[in-house]
Amino acid sequence: MKRIAALLAFVLAFGGAIYAAGALSINGAGATFPYPIYSKWFDEYHKKDANIQINYQSIGSGGGIKQVTEGTVDFGASDGPMNEEQLKAFQDKHGFGILHFPTVLGAVVPTYNIPGVEASLNFTPEALAGIYLGKITKWNDPAITGPNKGVKLPGSDIVVVHRADGSGTTYCFTDYLSKVSEEWKTKVGKGTSVNWPVGLGGKGNEGVTGTVKNTPNSIGYVELIYAEANKIPYGSMKNAAGVFVKASLAAVSAAAAGASKEMPDDFRVSITNAPGKATYPISTFTWLLVPEKISDTAKRDAIKSFVKWAITDGQGYAEGLAYAKLPKEVVAKEMKAISKIQ
Amino acid sequence: MATTTTTVPSAGPVAGSRSFLSRLRSGDEVARLITFLFAASVVLITVWLVVELWRESALPRHKFGFAFLVTQVWDPIFDKFGALTFIYGTVVTSAVALLIAIPLGIGAAIFLAELAPARVSDTLEFFIDLLAAVPSVIYGLLGVFIIIPLMRDYIQPALKDALGFLPLFQGPAYGVGFLTAGIVLAIMVIPYIISVSREVLLSVPRDQREAALALGATRWESTWQVVVPFARTGIMGSIFLALARALGETMAVTMVVGNTPTISASLFSPGYSIAAVIANEFTEATGDLYLQSLIELGLVLFLITFILNGLARLLIVVTAQRGSGMGNA
Repeated sequence: MKRIAALLAFVLAFGGAIYAAGALSINGAGATFPYPIYSKWFDEYHKKDANIQINYQSIGSGGGIKQVTEGTVDFGASDGPMNEEQLKAFQDKHGFGILHFPTVLGAVVPTYNIPGVEASLNFTPEALAGIYLGKITKWNDPAITGPNKGVKLPGSDIVVVHRADGSGTTYCFTDYLSKVSEEWKTKVGKGTSVNWPVGLGGKGNEGVTGTVKNTPNSIGYVELIYAEANKIPYGSMKNAAGVFVKASLAAVSAAAAGASKEMPDDFRVSITNAPGKATYPISTFTWLLVPEKISDTAKRDAIKSFVKWAITDGQGYAEGLAYAKLPKEVVAKEMKAISKIQ
Repeated sequence: MATTTTTVPSAGPVAGSRSFLSRLRSGDEVARLITFLFAASVVLITVWLVVELWRESALPRHKFGFAFLVTQVWDPIFDKFGALTFIYGTVVTSAVALLIAIPLGIGAAIFLAELAPARVSDTLEFFIDLLAAVPSVIYGLLGVFIIIPLMRDYIQPALKDALGFLPLFQGPAYGVGFLTAGIVLAIMVIPYIISVSREVLLSVPRDQREAALALGATRWESTWQVVVPFARTGIMGSIFLALARALGETMAVTMVVGNTPTISASLFSPGYSIAAVIANEFTEATGDLYLQSLIELGLVLFLITFILNGLARLLIVVTAQRGSGMGNA
């Protein structure tokens, strides 16, 4: 009995010591898409300032918004900006607002598997919307063959593949389709999950990729970083300026720069179909969601200095992990916005 | 369940505190109380589960009412939710699975219990138990990498050629769909049927077999007409265990079913199941109505399981009255 008591005392004392040394622990939750770079950031930041330990649960954007609204985490993260209803819910619950901070950028690319076609295909917005609406059903439809002169496309049925799980990737993709197709906007709309007019659902980027690889004459959409990491071939998209652009980190950053002139003060902006000749049109920011008021001063200072670091020095880690960096204009604007956290 | 034992603690102190204390000291009373609490916790958890699912799904229950069960649309953007396509997918995939798994499983169990030498039977049983313990995601991978291509390139075209006049086998062959999900589920539940049925068959008294043989029955006649009917209740139990697993299976189904909410007579058509849609959409479900509709789907799945289990009990009671002696369900 005595031995057990001694052991217990030791464990408590030791645990307490660790806890005391760990000092400030900050909790966040949300999007899965930026998880690789966020975990890298939190790790590096902890090395820089050992007093701050940031924990992040990648439970999905919806969960991130919910948790930060409930107040169970110190900050949230999302691939889509919060909508008016969600902002109001936060305001009503806490009596103050919530701020959006873009951290890095990602893009969504169309991938396909057509036996006998090796060339990289060009897609117009009309063709992509038509395919996903179920109106274009054959690969040799003029809407697809038009911008792909010299490529022999078969007359087989197109098998459409989309994400089955709710995701920021789907949000970005449907946000784009809603901008380029009036019919998509009214019939389907944008969101992390939608009521797809046609197609098979795959779970996760890997599920979509697997289905596309396995199914002849299929088309799907995946995140750029996933396509890059797994060497998946993907097509080019015609942007708002009428140029066919293949997704690249530079083309994604260009989309952000194109949009930054009209960047609203709350950063809640969609950069799909952004202007500019070099921009890739299916691009998106991913955001950190930070409450306007944080009563714990130590926590507030830590979060502020972390966000500052992430959008400046932290950007150095982005391209190594295949995320596009924030353009300078956006960083400058965000630096000002950080002071709004009180 | 074991609620009748509630009289025990109250009877003790009044009847004589000394004897209660001594029984307490000897441990009997303690053991009884503790095990009673454990037994009661099962009931509590079940009730709690239903209450939570019911409470958390208030919004869609009020907004859609019973229409939720018969509506096909599932549209998170325009806030229209109906469970019919998912109920259909869940029931169809499980039915296909059982249609395949029951004959195969019971046949294998009869061989292992009655016809195979003990050593072969024990060795095979080891592998069957191993199969039953394989995580479902592994079966999903088996489906994605082996069964889907096989289905798309060989089995579905062959079925179309041979039986294409039936609405069951029409439409494009994607490889994924109700039939594929049913086959993967069948592979998953066969070990349960074999394992439990074999145990039940083995526990049929020797006298029964010997009596049949003495009356001049062949070995197969004794097995089929005496041993199997004797073990009927237990075999039924194994089937319902398999059904329960098939209804609730999430990972393996979502990997092969196509994840498209459809109701179609064709087994080649992609579909969706309740468990799969909950797992896929729950994390990113924003908006209370959406989230609560997913929870109501959970309630529906619970009800389906509950009703089918009730029917199973009923079936066992009915068949038991017709002369089967085993109570192994």
